[in-house]
Amino acid sequence: MDLLIQASYFLAAVLFILGLKQMSSPVTARRGIQWAGAGMVLATLVTFMSHELTENPQAMTNYILIIVAIAIGGGYAYVSGKKVAMTDMPQMIAMYNGMGGGAAATIAAVELLKAQGEVASGTGPTTIAQAMGVDITILAILGAIIGTIAFSGSIIAWAKLDGRLNTNKLLPKQQVINLILALVLVGFAVSVYFTNALMPIIVFFGLALVLGVFITVPVGGADMPVIISLFNALTGLAVGFEGYVLGNAAMIIAGTVVGSAGSLLTHLMAKAMNRSVSNVFFSGFGTAAAAEGQSDASGGTMKEVQAQDVGIMMAYANQVVIIPGYGMAVAQAQHKVWELTQLLTEKGVKVKFAIHPVAGRMPGHMNVLLAEAGVPYDMIYDMEDINADFGNTTVSLVIGANDVVNPSAKKDPSSPLFGMPILNAEESENVIVIKRGRGTGFSGVENPLFVLDNTRMLFGDGQKAVSELIQAVKEL
Amino acid sequence: MIEGLAALYIFMLAAFTGYEIISKVPVILHTPLMSGSNFVHGIVLVGAMIALGIAENTTQQAIGFVAVLLAAGNAVGGYVVTERMLEMFKPSDKKADKQEAK
Repeated sequence: MDLLIQASYFLAAVLFILGLKQMSSPVTARRGIQWAGAGMVLATLVTFMSHELTENPQAMTNYILIIVAIAIGGGYAYVSGKKVAMTDMPQMIAMYNGMGGGAAATIAAVELLKAQGEVASGTGPTTIAQAMGVDITILAILGAIIGTIAFSGSIIAWAKLDGRLNTNKLLPKQQVINLILALVLVGFAVSVYFTNALMPIIVFFGLALVLGVFITVPVGGADMPVIISLFNALTGLAVGFEGYVLGNAAMIIAGTVVGSAGSLLTHLMAKAMNRSVSNVFFSGFGTAAAAEGQSDASGGTMKEVQAQDVGIMMAYANQVVIIPGYGMAVAQAQHKVWELTQLLTEKGVKVKFAIHPVAGRMPGHMNVLLAEAGVPYDMIYDMEDINADFGNTTVSLVIGANDVVNPSAKKDPSSPLFGMPILNAEESENVIVIKRGRGTGFSGVENPLFVLDNTRMLFGDGQKAVSELIQAVKEL
Repeated sequence: MIEGLAALYIFMLAAFTGYEIISKVPVILHTPLMSGSNFVHGIVLVGAMIALGIAENTTQQAIGFVAVLLAAGNAVGGYVVTERMLEMFKPSDKKADKQEAK
């Protein structure tokens, strides 16, 4: 029986790795998640037969508890996952990730409490470390810290992205307080190692929970994807550590793979946004930036344009590049945009979509939203592939995007966006910007693109404006 | 069972594997991939089941129950949203599909 279980875990680990590998190409991606899913089902089923479960005198009660817990947790996640809107995907991922971190932390809690009970009974070992073994205790505690922080941090990230928590300020001198709190937490982590009492364990988990909250609250909305990705990696690491505690190879492998893959993904995202990971943590972007960045947009006026004129311009264009931003998704305009694209393609216009790495709320989010509307992925271009092509473009249509086409990222060293790679929309013959109003973007920085000579503004709600464009093109 | 140095080797190899997998991923798949890797660490469900399985008193059972509940949410939710995102990725026509699949 044990051999069957171990073999199944081994197979599950292989399926996870192959599944993730297949997810790296759009052609095989769907098969990838299905393989990984099969691995998960297999691993879960054989665990019911493991000797840890069957040999416990409480086995019957525990079996029932396990099944009830899976039904509630899985049921909730299934329903919420099925109905969540594609635009809300980032916070949903944060939520599920938080649950995983919480699970890793609670596993550590059970292990530590068991060891503490053994110590408190007075026979044999006198500290938790003696009861569990040095290596296991250290990894259990590390996994507990990481998992707990990922848990409470992810919940805060979810609340912020979901609009339930709108503050970036909690306490004055937050960074200093966080540092002190972190040091105290380390102190308690050490005391858990040497203790035989219950109290340090409880305080230890409480402090880690609070630290997760304190770390995440000051992070600005634009930086959220980096944080979510980081917590994803941390949860993976915590799972790997607790896998060692439980002697479970599938957990060690899957957790560590996610830990390193997630770390790299976090790094890639931060790089695309021209932010370093430490920067994200130790400065409140968007709050401080808004104050300093009001430099040069007053140097010109925005020029308005009517939908009819834009329709003519696009219908007789050689090439139209559409630059969608999160504003398009909020206005639910992606279906209309795809309709417009099809119309233009029929008229012989070459249409391309240009996606900035941070378009939407996280890298790749915009691709998901466009895919939902039916846009084939081979019409969608990454920043590196399209930037040289703007010179051959008759019309760049910017819909609900702002910071990702802000030329001051290239020219103005005083801009908070300075150094971030952008889409070179300003190099195309005409730039049309569809925008709700005259305000600034997600980061609160003014955009000099809007007042350039070749830029025209089409004010209005994204969906309505694109409908007008469709009408205009149809009437030609 | 898996102890000391052997585990260290597993950690090391798994870390390189994860790094390799991600390093070739196009940006368009970053969100689904984050979601997919989020699903994969849902394997914590197995550990949570064992943690609840070895629970000996009510406190431990209560905490273990929470562990399984959270882990099941991670695994099921992670799968559902990833699958929903990935089923939408389609090429312009069937031919392109075959070409890229080779």
